[in-house]
Amino acid sequence: MSLKALQEHASLGIGIGLRVPHYRHILEKKPICDWFEIISENFMVDGGRPLEVLESILEQYQVVQHGVSMYLGNADPLDLDHLRKLKALAKRTRTPWLSDHLCWGSVNGRFSHDLLPMPYTMSVAKHTASKIRQAQDFLEVPLLVENVSSYAEFSQNEMTEWDFLAEVVERADCGILLDVNNIYVSSQNHGFDSLDYLKSLPHHRVGQIHVAGHTRLDHVILDTHDQPVSDPVWSLYEKAVNLCGPVPTLLEWDDRIPSFDEVQAEALKARPYQLSEADRSSIKLPS
Amino acid sequence: MRSARSSSYPLASLDDLRQLQTRMAAALMQPLNRQDRLKRQTKADFIKSNDRLSSFQRLEIYARQYWFRLLDCLYDDYPALRTYLGASKFIRLCESYLAKHPSSSWTLRNLGSGLPAFIKESGARDIAKVEWAQTLAFDELGLPPLCMEDLMQVDPMHLRLSLQPCVLLLELDHAADRFITSIGKSMFDTRAGASQAKLSQRVDDPILRRPPLKKENVHLVVHRHQNQLYFKRLDRGAWSLLASLRDGSTLQDAVQTAFETSKSSASEFAQQVQLWFAEYTQLGWFTLPQPQTYPHPL
Repeated sequence: MSLKALQEHASLGIGIGLRVPHYRHILEKKPICDWFEIISENFMVDGGRPLEVLESILEQYQVVQHGVSMYLGNADPLDLDHLRKLKALAKRTRTPWLSDHLCWGSVNGRFSHDLLPMPYTMSVAKHTASKIRQAQDFLEVPLLVENVSSYAEFSQNEMTEWDFLAEVVERADCGILLDVNNIYVSSQNHGFDSLDYLKSLPHHRVGQIHVAGHTRLDHVILDTHDQPVSDPVWSLYEKAVNLCGPVPTLLEWDDRIPSFDEVQAEALKARPYQLSEADRSSIKLPS
Repeated sequence: MRSARSSSYPLASLDDLRQLQTRMAAALMQPLNRQDRLKRQTKADFIKSNDRLSSFQRLEIYARQYWFRLLDCLYDDYPALRTYLGASKFIRLCESYLAKHPSSSWTLRNLGSGLPAFIKESGARDIAKVEWAQTLAFDELGLPPLCMEDLMQVDPMHLRLSLQPCVLLLELDHAADRFITSIGKSMFDTRAGASQAKLSQRVDDPILRRPPLKKENVHLVVHRHQNQLYFKRLDRGAWSLLASLRDGSTLQDAVQTAFETSKSSASEFAQQVQLWFAEYTQLGWFTLPQPQTYPHPL
């Protein structure tokens, strides 16, 4: 992968996930927004309203694609039908990179439609990295893999999640979409220190950051994307930016979605963290 | 790096990984019990426990999410069927359907493709057929349409037309279109979000009144025009003409088939066919046959 390709877009700024309840507002009001992230699968269709909306958005905004169905950690081979459609959409959107999750989601042709955690072993890391290389070669667009939030760990694990992630991306020579909310959620669910996670990553490979809200239940935190970003996650975001630089950052809000203005205001809380230390000292940070 | 833990499911090869994923998928995809919980006898020894949750409880989080997410998808795609059956009967139907037909596609859009054929009761089946046709019409391909001038220039003995993939023909025994219209179904949504977390099964929207479903032989077209979905009822002759064209007949053969179902004289029928074609070309329903066919399980 060309890390240079990611560096060319390092100043993309703060983006927002494009979601249906905001279509009308965006198309009519054309609000200022650095970029939108689309869920690729929602637009990997042959026609109709989704593509009409996408074309209108593309006339005005930079769009970056984020996927949920590549399942790079499946034991099964890559799905060529999915990859062909993804590549066609990438040509349409001119996305500077494609991202998907470091997870598995289907086996023997049966799909869970979930982002299931990987067993963290060296043999699985090698297998996954090999699939990422194949996907990247086919897609001809830089690929970023995102750390998922998880609620379970496999008995077979031989290494930490962050060691596994680092092993995979180095072997695959791909980028990282670092989801700091997912790090926080998993650290709470599994009892590790999120700073250990952050510090151990190859920071030069982080091409994008996700922030989002979560839901705390009695014994587990779920990655629900249905509320504002929590203070501990903003704090972790600040540390991530210090380590990785002011990489493009996106707020995900997928459920109980408030107005566009409210989502945008939440996303823009990331902006001060992206400033240099000298500039930041004159601004009050949100958390 | 931590030392490897002893495990009854070692992960030394790709086959080992497949076996582990198969075991976990089987655990997630088995139906939940009546309390929406994972069945007690489910083995979860491939998952670590922690100080708050057992292996079983951690696996159960994923099992519940699996079922809530897929039921949520069918809930969105079949609102009229849900209204017709009532919430609990609808959920039971979907659970049996998903247990026999787990998702076999990377997109949730196709999850409900087999539901109409799965339903035994004819009224419910007709509603499901129309709702699945709406799903197809919403985002199927729209090819360059043919106009009347295109048709006039070709010999009808040899002319073969196709219907747009976003134009679906249905023959029903019930007025499912009227039923759906009366509950005001909207079609403007996408399925995937970046979060896969589902806290609970969706509570049914309140239904003020279930409209009646009349028994009636209906020849229906579900189609997309300027990115809006529409129903159009046709008389049997027009529907038969379109169905023949869709199935690959020449224009001449299709007209002949339709005429055989008609009670009109030849001249009246010829006039009628002209009117049909004028209208349907205006709606953009015809296109040239494509090398690929679109088999829809309706």
